[in-house]
Amino acid sequence: MTSTTIPVERPSSARRFGFDLSTPVFLLLAAILCVLVILPLFWLAYYAFFDKSGLPTLAVFGKLFGDATIRHAFLISLSLALFVGVLACLVATPLAWLVARTDIPGQAVVRSLVTASFVTPPFLGSIAWELLAAPNSGLLNLLYRWAFDLSRGEHLFNIFTYGGLVFAMTSYSFPFVFTLVANALDRVPSDIEEASAILGGKPSTTLRRITLPMVMPAVLAGSLVAMVQALTLFGTPAILALPAGFHVITTKIWSFFQFPPRLDVAAASALPLLMVVVLLLYGKKWLLGRRGYTVLGGKSGSPRRVKLGKWVWLAWLYVLVILSITIILPYSALLKVALTRNVSEPLTWGTLTLHNFHFVLFEFSATRLAIWNTMFLGLVTATIATVMALVIAYLVARKPVRGSSLLGLLATAPMAVPGIVLGVGLFLAYANPTLRLYGTLWILLIAFLTLELPAGYQQMSAAFNGVHPELEEASRILGARRLRSLWDITTPLLRTSIVATWCFVFIGTIRELSATILLTTANTKLVSVIIYDLNESGDYGAISVLGILLLIVSFAVVYVANRVPFMGRMHAAGPKR
Amino acid sequence: MWKTRIAAAALVALWSGAALAAPPPPYTETPELVAAAKKEGKVVFYTATDVQVAEKLGSAFEAKYPGIKVQVERAGSERVFQRIGQEYQAGIHNADVIETSDAVHFLIFKKQGWLTPAVPEDVAKLWPEDERDPDGQFAVYRAHLSVLAYRSDLIKPEDAPKTWTDLLKPAYKGKIVKAHPGYSGTVMTATYALSQLLGWDYFEKLGQQQVMQVQSSTQPPKILAQGERAIEADGNEYNLFRLIENGAPIKIVYPPEGTPIAVGNAGILAYPPHPNAAKLFYAFLFSHDAQQLNSDFGGLRSFRPDVKEKSSRTPISQIKLLHSDPEKVEEEVQTIKQKYEEYFGT
Repeated sequence: MTSTTIPVERPSSARRFGFDLSTPVFLLLAAILCVLVILPLFWLAYYAFFDKSGLPTLAVFGKLFGDATIRHAFLISLSLALFVGVLACLVATPLAWLVARTDIPGQAVVRSLVTASFVTPPFLGSIAWELLAAPNSGLLNLLYRWAFDLSRGEHLFNIFTYGGLVFAMTSYSFPFVFTLVANALDRVPSDIEEASAILGGKPSTTLRRITLPMVMPAVLAGSLVAMVQALTLFGTPAILALPAGFHVITTKIWSFFQFPPRLDVAAASALPLLMVVVLLLYGKKWLLGRRGYTVLGGKSGSPRRVKLGKWVWLAWLYVLVILSITIILPYSALLKVALTRNVSEPLTWGTLTLHNFHFVLFEFSATRLAIWNTMFLGLVTATIATVMALVIAYLVARKPVRGSSLLGLLATAPMAVPGIVLGVGLFLAYANPTLRLYGTLWILLIAFLTLELPAGYQQMSAAFNGVHPELEEASRILGARRLRSLWDITTPLLRTSIVATWCFVFIGTIRELSATILLTTANTKLVSVIIYDLNESGDYGAISVLGILLLIVSFAVVYVANRVPFMGRMHAAGPKR
Repeated sequence: MWKTRIAAAALVALWSGAALAAPPPPYTETPELVAAAKKEGKVVFYTATDVQVAEKLGSAFEAKYPGIKVQVERAGSERVFQRIGQEYQAGIHNADVIETSDAVHFLIFKKQGWLTPAVPEDVAKLWPEDERDPDGQFAVYRAHLSVLAYRSDLIKPEDAPKTWTDLLKPAYKGKIVKAHPGYSGTVMTATYALSQLLGWDYFEKLGQQQVMQVQSSTQPPKILAQGERAIEADGNEYNLFRLIENGAPIKIVYPPEGTPIAVGNAGILAYPPHPNAAKLFYAFLFSHDAQQLNSDFGGLRSFRPDVKEKSSRTPISQIKLLHSDPEKVEEEVQTIKQKYEEYFGT
């Protein structure tokens, strides 16, 4: 009986002499989160409610509601969000169903291409669509006129319209709905569907009466996320709405930073935006909170897949149209423009040029610095955010310290703060002579960390729910301290989720423009900002090259992250939400 | 305590008063200056000139002074202005030399004390007195016009607009592109000049023409070249020169009422992180090489008398110019922005 040699006495001695780090870690994290979240919001409120001499006032709100242009921008944003929310779920739900519940071939490819459209920053997608669907020079319109031999006045699409903006926003926010709905469909227990089939329900009846109602909360929650995206995006409306001659709330807030800066009005108009987003997210939480019954069945075998039969072609056509809109057409357009001197000239051997590549790589002095900054911030933010998310999720899940769940609340709170609002808040908080972080990469790091932590935390806490604490408890009984067992036992079990979270945060930082645009300076330029600057001066060739570079580099980073020995086995982990 | 403070304040006032009264003596490039600049190794240039032109200039400097890197930070004039304002008010001193096409900015910089007085010898000798600051804080580095232009393959010469008010004709509805005064200093200046000449009524009607609104004044010429719109209501003449010389079918119109001119001042900032490289680069900006390059490659107009313009370009002496007094523009900035948003939506 060798097992009796296990030193049973060790835990108590370890407890006596060792030091459990839970409490200090808890306090430290709580302090960091408070600074990250509360400080910028405090300054936002201060600028909105106090005048220059420090006296409370509501005068700013008078200005705000008295200004028709602000009211108008706000209403446009709200209606935009509504359209995008509805459209995104109309587009994404059938796609998710096809991929998750039918025998359509190539499901893995479709899923990874949807991921690729998620990796594409919305501002880049919008610029690509500008190239494709500008009324006169847009490549699709040129094709249309050429095919039907029409005169110059005719056009099929005009992206510089309200409808065009809805279209572009939907194209890059539907992946959120897709992921939520596809995951929900994966989890719908098949036995209820089987029951429906046994009772004589046709596949369409089962779909309508059983499957759809069960994933409805996920569909609605997804469309709320899409609405939040539409409300808070800056790049897409700045690129498409301003040429069309109208403002949305984010571009309006940005315009208050023009000289002379009207920081009080910027702060005040950020607050209603914040409130709407909080409401939407509250709605999402409420909806998803009711989703519990979808997993009631527990493990009940693989989900039933509907046989498409002769409809498979139609299904593929649908998938192809959506992927063309989000991936195939935009990247073809970028590649074409990168290789020619002029957007509208045809791509032939004669017009083929590497001029744009040469300019971006060798002449444009901002390129190298911006790529370096972007990669540095991406890697650092992803690593810190993942570690923080992991520790917070652990503390919340295992509750070693009283009040641990407070951390979860603090870590989720920034989700409600739109990028541009956070940008305003951080600028107010850190661009004064005492706390001079503005102008350094640190302010951007703080912004990215704050913006990305909620999603990272949500993924990690979901992952923790799947790991039973018994293995950790065994390790603790054998004398390991808390952090040690977290590192030795839990972390390896969660590898895939950790890598996925890391990639998700990394991609999130590359997509970010709305907070960045307010916080960047000459030495802290990011690729997103130079793409935006180049768009304002119409240098599409250079943008295309940078966009393609950005995509290649982000894919390379995600690829490597999945193959780092510690972090992942040979197991792909794409971003999930 | 109070007395010393008052004395100190008086001293500062006296000193700055003296500085205002007399510009510093002109300087030239010396081996010591070059050596000190090379030690610093870098110069940061905030500019509103088209990015390809500005980068070309940076490369020319790097070729002439190996070992000193030029970091070009290009954005629209008003954006550059916004950035430097945010940075200087937060106490961040990143930039060495600054250049925008809105003359108002340099009035404000001067009032704020954000510039270092410095007069390169070329400026002292060759620049007309109107085109440099009497106190030696800045000088006109470039000038260009904001012009009317059209695609000659899409619009026949007889159908083309010939005056500003021609743009209001129904036939041009949906065909015009235009830059934004909130972004571009050139367009801010041009909007002031045209609102003085034609009244706001002109812009109100232009706002009804379904204008494609872009930001930078470098962009309308590119939109024309791309074929997205057929007419530009404003935009840089220099970008058009560059595109026309590369074969784009575009014609510039100089209306008889006059064409707005925008001058781009340059100056050294008050706290340059690379003071010697800044001085060297600033002097280089006004050198014959740089000004000739700006003209040949960039299509910019120069106040340097020995710069030769390409014969294909209409000499500035044959164009009726609309000058704007920066002091008056400064008073109007808010009105211009407000009216503009009212008529054009953004």
